[in-house]
Amino acid sequence: MPKLYINNLSVEVERGTTVLEAARWLGFPLPTLCHADGLTPYGACRLCVVEVQGARGSKLLSACTLPAEDGLVVFTHSERVERARKLLLEMYVATSPQSKTIQDLASRYGVRQVRLAPAWADCIQCGLCVRMCEQQMMAGAIGFAYRGPKRRVARPFDKTSERCRQCGACLYICPVCELRCHGPQAETTLCSGCLNFAPVCLEVYDHAMCYLDPCLACERGGSHRQDLLLPGHLGRASSGKGKGDLP
Amino acid sequence: MSQVGRLRTPEDLDRLAAEGLRTLYPTQPKVLVGAASCGRAAGSQGVLEAARAEVRRLGLPWRVSETGCIGWCSQEPLLDLWLPGHGRVSYGRVKPADARRILRAAASGKPDLQQALAWMAGDENPCTASRRRYTQERNGWFAGLPEYTELPIFARQTRIVLRNSGIIDPTSLEEYVARGGYRALLRAVTELQPEDVLREVTRSGLRGRGGAGFPTGQKWQRVREAVGTKKYVICNADEGDPGAYMDRAVLEGDPHSVLEGMALGAYAMGACEGVIYVRAEYPLAVERLRKAIEQAERAGLLGEDLFGSGFRFRVRIVRGAGAFVCGEETALLASVEGHVGEPRPRPPYPAQQGLWGQPTCINNVETWANVPVIVLRGGAWYARIGTERSKGTKVFSLVGNVRNTGLIEVPMGITLGEIVEQIGGGGRDGRAVKAVQIGGPSGGCIPAEQFHLPVDYESLVQAGSIMGSGGLVVLDTRNCMVDVARYFLEFLEEESCGKCFPCRVGTQRLREILSRICAGRGTEEDLALLNDLGWVVRETSLCGLGQTAPNPVLTTLRYFRDEYVAHIREHRCPAKVCRELITYVIEPTLCDGCHACVQVCATEAILGKKKAVHRIDNGKCIRCGACLEVCQPKAVQVI
Repeated sequence: MPKLYINNLSVEVERGTTVLEAARWLGFPLPTLCHADGLTPYGACRLCVVEVQGARGSKLLSACTLPAEDGLVVFTHSERVERARKLLLEMYVATSPQSKTIQDLASRYGVRQVRLAPAWADCIQCGLCVRMCEQQMMAGAIGFAYRGPKRRVARPFDKTSERCRQCGACLYICPVCELRCHGPQAETTLCSGCLNFAPVCLEVYDHAMCYLDPCLACERGGSHRQDLLLPGHLGRASSGKGKGDLP
Repeated sequence: MSQVGRLRTPEDLDRLAAEGLRTLYPTQPKVLVGAASCGRAAGSQGVLEAARAEVRRLGLPWRVSETGCIGWCSQEPLLDLWLPGHGRVSYGRVKPADARRILRAAASGKPDLQQALAWMAGDENPCTASRRRYTQERNGWFAGLPEYTELPIFARQTRIVLRNSGIIDPTSLEEYVARGGYRALLRAVTELQPEDVLREVTRSGLRGRGGAGFPTGQKWQRVREAVGTKKYVICNADEGDPGAYMDRAVLEGDPHSVLEGMALGAYAMGACEGVIYVRAEYPLAVERLRKAIEQAERAGLLGEDLFGSGFRFRVRIVRGAGAFVCGEETALLASVEGHVGEPRPRPPYPAQQGLWGQPTCINNVETWANVPVIVLRGGAWYARIGTERSKGTKVFSLVGNVRNTGLIEVPMGITLGEIVEQIGGGGRDGRAVKAVQIGGPSGGCIPAEQFHLPVDYESLVQAGSIMGSGGLVVLDTRNCMVDVARYFLEFLEEESCGKCFPCRVGTQRLREILSRICAGRGTEEDLALLNDLGWVVRETSLCGLGQTAPNPVLTTLRYFRDEYVAHIREHRCPAKVCRELITYVIEPTLCDGCHACVQVCATEAILGKKKAVHRIDNGKCIRCGACLEVCQPKAVQVI
């Protein structure tokens, strides 16, 4: 059984385990957008990058596709990883600001600014729907078409495939279109985290469609950085912090 | 051409070589036309036709033969005349009429030297370590001509990969064999153990010429040790960098050298099947390769039981479908297998799980072409060329704003300055060279102040670039560095496969910001943003394309920050390239009212009567520069 080191903790795992699985098993959270248990690893969202020490210096590799090997030395929260993750999330928020999943991740990993214009893209091409359709629904009714900026998820010849049973699994698993953030409407949204915002934030970052959790306004009123990495942060919005707490 | 039978013994190979020598150095005069794609684009096929017709018309028993890229591309089409006992003389920029004139003069016994560039008194053959002299003394005919090796463009070159290009007829197996071809393969399968071949390659210090510079011997060792039911060797000929054509020239000028290199690699690694993945945009290279494979198979140099040794090796060609990313090895494998050409994360490396899940060795064209010489001359000989960590030679296509453009092969360790100033002859039209763009879209711009840097893998990485496959674009004061970065990012945005997020979105965002700066709408914050985005794309992208994609931005930002700042703060393009930031004006004191500019202006933006001073309406002007080109008194100016 390969024995590897994650953040200086040694762990023995079964052959065939990925570093992502090993890290999560040890309790180190790693963000992902293109990973789902039961689907083959894809390595496209790059959010799960970890710093791996090698003979020729260290480099960032995606944990979801990295097989656990004997003697591997991995860091999941080094400065380099944190910086890369933050910048990636900044790009994600700019790409699909309306996604609840992305907004939550951005807030959890401390993204404080979005310097890029929002693109309002409906798809981040994580490929979850394509793999879900093929590997779990055994349909293979959708796939990728074209290349580069034109690349998109498509049906064959843009017509509904005979193989599509309209099961909705693709919608279910989509991190962008399904968990859509509807703005600060307490009754209909999932988190209402954006209620924490003071208007000043929106003025300073005019491109930032940020529903950040905790938002800058909150931080000014007394930081609670400690609970950032704790799971179950979704409930935090109801912790009573709001505009009223501002100095 | 004679029908080549199956070769079984060393003597058979000798006989073939003797046949090749008869056409390579015939006793009658011979006409050679550089007819690789570069020559063809310049019009070599017309010259070839004219030469053939003229020889027929004059009833001469002379051979007219095609050859590969001679290397002096700025002088194409090139016609060479072999005169037994006198050597070989090269003519530059030959038109069909010139070819007829040159041949008529040669037939009458006194060669015409009007367009003659140089005289070749002999050639060197790195395979056999010999120099063949064409003539004993300096001939009266060519007294006024420089010798090839005296020309600055050729003086600093060491031709190992390009040993045969421009000398042999690429469609003739005999001529390749006459130059020492397939000797290495014969020796390997009859005298050497696979370990011996591997040892020589390891000892040579050869590193991958595709760009990353992984030690070839180490890669071979891994494939050799890997467990699999079958092993493959692959030649990566998916060359796609703008301005780079080294691999194309090798395939078109000397296809057998690549086949022999692959066969040697297969022998060393225990592979029996080879694939050449070549761009479909290289039809001539594909044609030459097909012909070479057919010839080699008929001669028993590919196929079953080579020279009775029991070793078997076959090669097939797979044509790419126009995706730049398929030059990345895992995307290449996906493409060969018939999938979409998208990379996958490594590990597992192709050496462990490559084509069809089997151990696979992927090397670049140039790497393979080095192998036969290394096996013949020994790794220690090869390791004497170059620097401590980068051995041997490197082929570059020297292009851009430099006087001598061409295909050059230089020993590693030569400085960039020597390449640009000595081989390239300095900037075109006497303008100062500002930088070189080395390594294509994955490489970076290195400024003139850094021209003391030696060409080796480590120095170039330290300067923020990479060795790359060998594109070397010379930039002068007329090139805007922001515009150069924008051009490459535009290319990469299009060519990114789009699978991983940082590469797909990052190149797009970088290009957006660069376009904004070029249009004079950039802000100071954009510079920090470029740096941050560039860093994250480099660090987190899935494959080599994305990991090197920000290099053009990061290097220009590092060395030419002042140009970025000029665009942002002063809304000024120092090189006067960026259209939104320049204005065309007519200097009234210089304008003689010739009306030439009015006639070429596509948007009718130039006002003024004949013989009177003209004026440009900037609302209509699209800044195409057409008026600038036609203005004789240089009254049209850019400010």
